[in-house]
Amino acid sequence: MADKSKSGSLLIKGGHLIDPAARINTPMDVLLRDGRVADVAPTNKIRGGTDETFDAHGLVVAPGFIDLHVHLREPGQSYKETISSGTAAAAAGGFTSVCCMPNTSPVVDSVEWVAWLQQPQRGAVVNIFPIAAATQASKGAVLTDFRGLQRAGAIAVSDDGRPILNESIMRETLRLAAEIGLLVIQHAEDTRLTENCSMNESTTSFRLGLRGMSAATEASIVDRDVQLSQQFTGARLHVAHLSTAEGLKAVRRGKRSKARITCEVTPHHFSLTDADVGDYNTYCKMNPPLRSAADREALLVALADGTVDAIATDHAPHATHEKIIEFEKAMFGITGLETALGLAIARLHREQKISLSRIVELFTAGPARVGDLRGRGTLARGNYADVTIFDPKKRWTFEAAKSRSKSRNTPFDGWPLTGKVVATIVGGKIVYKSN
Amino acid sequence: MTNVARGSLLDIEHLDAKDITALLTLARRMNPLKPRPLLRGKRVLLLFYEPSTRTRSSFEIAAKSMGGMTTLILSSGSSIEKGESLLDTAYTLQAVGADVMVIRNPYAGAPLLMAQHLKVPVINAGDGMHEHPSQALLDAYTILRHKKTLNGLQVVIIGDVYHSRVARSAIHLLSKFGAHVTLCGPPEFLPELAMCLAPGLHITRTAEEAVRGADVIMVLRVQKERLAGMKIRLQDYIARYQLTLARLKLAKRDALVMHPGPIIRGLELTWEVADCPQSAIVEEVHNGVPVRMAILVRALGKAK
Repeated sequence: MADKSKSGSLLIKGGHLIDPAARINTPMDVLLRDGRVADVAPTNKIRGGTDETFDAHGLVVAPGFIDLHVHLREPGQSYKETISSGTAAAAAGGFTSVCCMPNTSPVVDSVEWVAWLQQPQRGAVVNIFPIAAATQASKGAVLTDFRGLQRAGAIAVSDDGRPILNESIMRETLRLAAEIGLLVIQHAEDTRLTENCSMNESTTSFRLGLRGMSAATEASIVDRDVQLSQQFTGARLHVAHLSTAEGLKAVRRGKRSKARITCEVTPHHFSLTDADVGDYNTYCKMNPPLRSAADREALLVALADGTVDAIATDHAPHATHEKIIEFEKAMFGITGLETALGLAIARLHREQKISLSRIVELFTAGPARVGDLRGRGTLARGNYADVTIFDPKKRWTFEAAKSRSKSRNTPFDGWPLTGKVVATIVGGKIVYKSN
Repeated sequence: MTNVARGSLLDIEHLDAKDITALLTLARRMNPLKPRPLLRGKRVLLLFYEPSTRTRSSFEIAAKSMGGMTTLILSSGSSIEKGESLLDTAYTLQAVGADVMVIRNPYAGAPLLMAQHLKVPVINAGDGMHEHPSQALLDAYTILRHKKTLNGLQVVIIGDVYHSRVARSAIHLLSKFGAHVTLCGPPEFLPELAMCLAPGLHITRTAEEAVRGADVIMVLRVQKERLAGMKIRLQDYIARYQLTLARLKLAKRDALVMHPGPIIRGLELTWEVADCPQSAIVEEVHNGVPVRMAILVRALGKAK
């Protein structure tokens, strides 16, 4: 074993390969060469010399995980996170590709910023796929240059956090994006009805005297967007961080129609409920907010039955002074890259009996399909050599203080998790290895 | 609550009946006219981010009459205006030598946040829409001067429960002592969620039904400053929920009329009701002093 492999070849030997897109769930060796998958074969069948070997006995070998929803905070908010620190956290969490949201300062709404994000000087250790703003400065008024943004490398457009409420703007967004096959991601929230709200409307919000967001504010936007999507052949609508049972119903209706509707769910929404806000725990303040136990149940069902396409973290780092303040003033969001797999296995596999293969699908083939990330999400020969190797049985305790993220805003500090990333390989190169 | 200085009073919800009884007993031993110097040399910081007449003056009088020193910090005219955070203001006041901090703040949970980070006790003098524990205590004190016990009492809380920290504290307190609490108001002011606050709560949308047979009627102020975008027609509200003499007649003959103040005559209650013989509105204010004396004494650990 070696820590670094430049180009050259790397043989991952003795592991159990789970590659849902290829319908593989069996012991297999994987040979990576020159940044690509060179061979996948039963254990000990790959002959010939390799520069390096990784012993994966007792471990699961999977296509590299893809996170469709992270906030890397650059440009402009490097006190919260940088591309370098955020992607280091991604690598530690097993993610080989992350799609970063444009709500930075300034907003990533131009070709120049999309290019800037991908420059080597940013120090990314995993692949970055920018999501560009759908409207200038995400103000919801004037559309950005979709074609140019796509050419510069944007895989989607979204005004995440500032949902497009104006129907004609959303229609134009979907129409233009459909023309060039660009994905549109919507944070589904009718913000006209959630002003000054800081958590889910619930017995907890009432008890704490906090203004609550009603669950209906999600489904109404999903329904509208699904209807708009149906008007344009080729439109692809992805619903970010879906959080409610009603929202799921709207997605299911959309999936039955001819429109191409996909959705993601975060680890915190399938792990926690609004009751976890307790007595004003700002580490349980995010948007969409933690929802009711019934909503969480509905998400668990949808994660199991295939309605949900991807697990996405909505990794949202914030500095301490933005979180250790009055609840209503605290920023929305929590970090999530390093706890995603451990929560998925602890909650979905061990508690809910969802298969490991389905969980891997939600981290790999699912998001690759949503984002149309060709050559990723499955370890077919010739695909990118992005691999995640994890120990599915490893019990461990997450310590926020040891996070690679610059921020510590997580409700999962000290949580017992199951399943730990052992190595993360991007383009054939080991970018993270646990000790 | 974790890591909160002893003697803090953050809410009623997490207090048990024994603590409340002890506080009320202590309050009965307080004589504002002949106070003992139980706070001599103690520094009481009053940190008010919101307007207040009753709460502020009664805490101040309570502290001073027992020999304590008070310093009043208002959000205007202090470094709060320059953008100092709540916690930094709190650390500053602790550093200048505060022995106890009394805080009123528009943000729910602000006193808890302070208490979690300070070594000195923190007293909540009203936080956003959350709780107003000293008000609930003085209301209980007032009721118990007229009624033998809270247990089994028919208490109506009428008005804008949603925005009311007074209501939340009162509901917790009354329920802990076995009072039958009925909440009354339109859905905008009284969502069904209110039922979650305590077991055994009743909700009614009709003032007449609520008031009939009541022992105590607590009227809440319509808080125009917190209505934020709510569409409620005041004329309709007045027609359906204003406490009038006619409605008051449906209650028990000796029913007590209460209101945390400030009252808006002609809105949530009529002029006549505010001044009727059954009105305890002025008495509540009066009782605020001994109750807040007790809260301060408990915070500073004297007078066993």
